[in-house]
Amino acid sequence: MSSTYEQIANIIAETCDIPRDTITPESHAIDDLGIDSLDFLDIAFAIDKAFGIKMPLEKWTQEVNDGKATTEQYFVLKNLADRIDELVAAKSAGTGA
Amino acid sequence: MDLDYFKLIDRIVDLNLGERTIVVEAQVPEKHTIFEGHFPGFPIMPGVLLTEAMAQSSGWLLLGVLKFTRMPFLAIVKEAKMRGFVSPGQLLTIEAKVEHEGSGFAVTKAKGRVGKELKCSAEITFGLSPFPDPAFRVHMDAMAKKIGFPLQAVTHD
Repeated sequence: MSSTYEQIANIIAETCDIPRDTITPESHAIDDLGIDSLDFLDIAFAIDKAFGIKMPLEKWTQEVNDGKATTEQYFVLKNLADRIDELVAAKSAGTGA
Repeated sequence: MDLDYFKLIDRIVDLNLGERTIVVEAQVPEKHTIFEGHFPGFPIMPGVLLTEAMAQSSGWLLLGVLKFTRMPFLAIVKEAKMRGFVSPGQLLTIEAKVEHEGSGFAVTKAKGRVGKELKCSAEITFGLSPFPDPAFRVHMDAMAKKIGFPLQAVTHD
């Protein structure tokens, strides 16, 4: 698995006090790990800081609410890692995050 | 401070939107029933009120950063440290700085001093939401004027 996944899994384990070995790339942050919106704020802060990005949580939430995306696209950890990699790449390319 | 109405900030001394910082003053009242119980013979400001004062200071800063388009609601308090007693009649000066602006949330760091002495500090996270009621927004405008919020700073840049 990518180092991005490893980093976010570690952040989640530490922030939410979830045993690291129960977190897998297929884990859904909300459905499987039971992370609530408040804990996710904390996680988002830690991820933003660690990767130097601003995760567009409001945009993602809106897309899910509008039926344009599924929660799996953003909250299954291997997918979240991909989204973060995209944001980091976009930032490096100067196209904004 | 108007402890009965939980309005803890008296005036904004400095608001720097470029630096994302604010300095406010809060005059601890000489007398209040809170001090009769907390504590008899040794009145001090409760730590929760010092924490709330740091949160309100940060809140005014974020209202400025957000140009009053959203209301910051207290979500998480970390590393809240009560470093010394704050007594009735003392003038508390609180400074806050935006640590991070996320999507739908923001994190600040705040410090409260009496004179040069550091009395409290915390890292505070806020959820940022649209004003739930127009009357609330009007009230915040009135409060802003009362405490000397430089409204021109958020309307002309």
